[in-house]
Amino acid sequence: MAISIPRQFSELRLAGVGRRFGTTTALSDLDLTIRSGEFVALLGPSGCGKSTALNCLAGLLPLSSGAIWADATRIDTVPPERRGFGMVFQNYALFPHLSARRNVAFGLQMRRLPKAEVRRRTDAAIRLVQLDEHADKLPAQLSGGQQQRIAIARAIVLEPALVLMDEPLSNLDAKLRLEMRTEIRRLHQSLGLTTVYVTHDQEEALSLADRLVVLRNGRVQQVGTPEELHTQPVNWHVADFMGYRNLLPGTAVSVTAGRAEVTCGGLRLAGAAVGPVGAGDDVIVGVRPDDLGVGAGPNPVAAVVEVVEYRGNDVAVEARAGDGTALHLRTAERLAPGDEVTLTSDPARLLVFPADPDAAPSESDSAPAAPAEARS
Amino acid sequence: MTRHPGMTRTLIPPEPAVDRTGGDPGLRHRLAERGVDARLLLLVPALLFFVLLFLYPFLYGLGLSFQPAHGGRLESYRQFFADPYQRDTIWTTLKISLPAALLNVLAAVPIAYRMRGRFRGKRLLTILLVVPITLGTVLTAEGLLNYLGPTGWLNRILLKLHLADQPVQLIHNYGGVFFSLVVTGFPFAFLLVQSYLSGIDSTLDSAASTLGAGAWQRFRRVTLPLLAPGLATTFCLTFVLAFSVFPSAVLVGNPAGSTRVLSIAAYQAAYEQYDYSMASAIAMVMAVVELVVIGLVLLWRGTLYTGSSGGKG
Repeated sequence: MAISIPRQFSELRLAGVGRRFGTTTALSDLDLTIRSGEFVALLGPSGCGKSTALNCLAGLLPLSSGAIWADATRIDTVPPERRGFGMVFQNYALFPHLSARRNVAFGLQMRRLPKAEVRRRTDAAIRLVQLDEHADKLPAQLSGGQQQRIAIARAIVLEPALVLMDEPLSNLDAKLRLEMRTEIRRLHQSLGLTTVYVTHDQEEALSLADRLVVLRNGRVQQVGTPEELHTQPVNWHVADFMGYRNLLPGTAVSVTAGRAEVTCGGLRLAGAAVGPVGAGDDVIVGVRPDDLGVGAGPNPVAAVVEVVEYRGNDVAVEARAGDGTALHLRTAERLAPGDEVTLTSDPARLLVFPADPDAAPSESDSAPAAPAEARS
Repeated sequence: MTRHPGMTRTLIPPEPAVDRTGGDPGLRHRLAERGVDARLLLLVPALLFFVLLFLYPFLYGLGLSFQPAHGGRLESYRQFFADPYQRDTIWTTLKISLPAALLNVLAAVPIAYRMRGRFRGKRLLTILLVVPITLGTVLTAEGLLNYLGPTGWLNRILLKLHLADQPVQLIHNYGGVFFSLVVTGFPFAFLLVQSYLSGIDSTLDSAASTLGAGAWQRFRRVTLPLLAPGLATTFCLTFVLAFSVFPSAVLVGNPAGSTRVLSIAAYQAAYEQYDYSMASAIAMVMAVVELVVIGLVLLWRGTLYTGSSGGKG
């Protein structure tokens, strides 16, 4: 069977990829280069265009604009069955009438490989995901985790040039999700796969990916390594998604050499300006719960502890400042509701973003989506 | 409503449970665990309906078929099977109903398959495909008579264009009945197949395509196996509809010859010869033949995968 794209590529290039549904734009102008062997995560809240991007890559959705290149071959017009990309679906999409083994063998049979080779490679893939004992069961007889492993085996048995994963862990319970996460990373490394992984769970993305692409409303917000995104989000939307739980609207008082003085309600804070911020501008101040301390130090804010959540090594605290601003922090100190504390933060870790004129952090926007409840 | 015996006892005097439930609560609970409760009484009207309007007439007819005017108990059946003019109606009926049902199912599959998903004009197309079911067999037969008859539009056009020297015989024969059964049976098959198809998770198709399966292989290896049990059911239902054909066999068929089906034989026995025993016997033969065909199809269906056809296990 003719495979019209190279079995392996050294890089896959998305150039201005866009997709519209009727009048709504699901994805616009996605430029991204994926190197062979890389693990790239597309991250964003539901409806941000990440799944659209993945389906465009897989060939399941035609592009409205742009092109996809595998090295020098243009592939966005190649139908999915001839792209040779493996895909793992959120709902596993196992063929319910075929045993686990025949599900895995399906792609090999489509390539009309000799029976012996189909058998050998199928067995090897099933062994790789440690499901030898369950190979002859129907999908309905397998647990969710086992089904997802078979789905992964089915995708990688073809030794695809690219593996696409669409929220593969979102239907699993928390414990299994952690196990499978490790498993996916292990397979990626040991088989030398190139993986594009879609998720709305920033923790999953940070721990799995070599590079993250944060999307919002169909547009790329930031591309970078987990560390870059974690420490240097380029705007408050990315910060919001990367766990900057304290996002306070305010006004810049003065900006000198990247250092901004800001008033937020009744608070006066010093932080590092990210992007173009001038005196008098509306800004959003972002700081992680981890970067708020208790005791003496810079940026002191007097607050009263309201809620304390036990977390094992530390506690998550919601405190209210004198002006009514709610602040979230993590601390190892034993705090109790009603305690009066002084919160401090390093000005270098307190990021001052320009507020988009059209979008302020609302309640629904500012809470990072919890992995279990964001999609059902 | 939940009761908290411990709490109520301290507040109000305990009342015997029997008063409240009208029965031993222990027994009621045990019955409920087996799925038996008072709501089952709601089934009584339906059950009465079934017994009075189906079961009783059926058993009455069965009894009648064993009470011929002359001869032994099996005389009606003996006569039916001894007379080729009567006996052959079984084959006549099967010869019409089996191919008609098969064609309806086979034609419904590609059309319903093509009509998956959303597209402009889907609703209009569905209405057009389904309208014949609302017309009834008599109106359809009427239409066929006008359209395909010797002086119908089709023949007039054929004659005008000199494509035929004399009117083509399209009705009052096997073809007329067959065509009428397809016209009325197809919408039924189409609707059923469409609903079975919509029950198959569309990501399975996507998954198959990323695994290298082309359009035909996706249909053959994924959709068809999941659809097959539904097709068996659809076939059974359209077969039953076609098997009891009567109006079109009379109106557009040749009720004395090539389309003398079982229902016509039964009608003639009952209302032309007033032999109710024979008519009942023919009805019983009809039922048995139908059940045999359905039994065979369901036997085949039993060998298929009939579990969930969604993506989630």
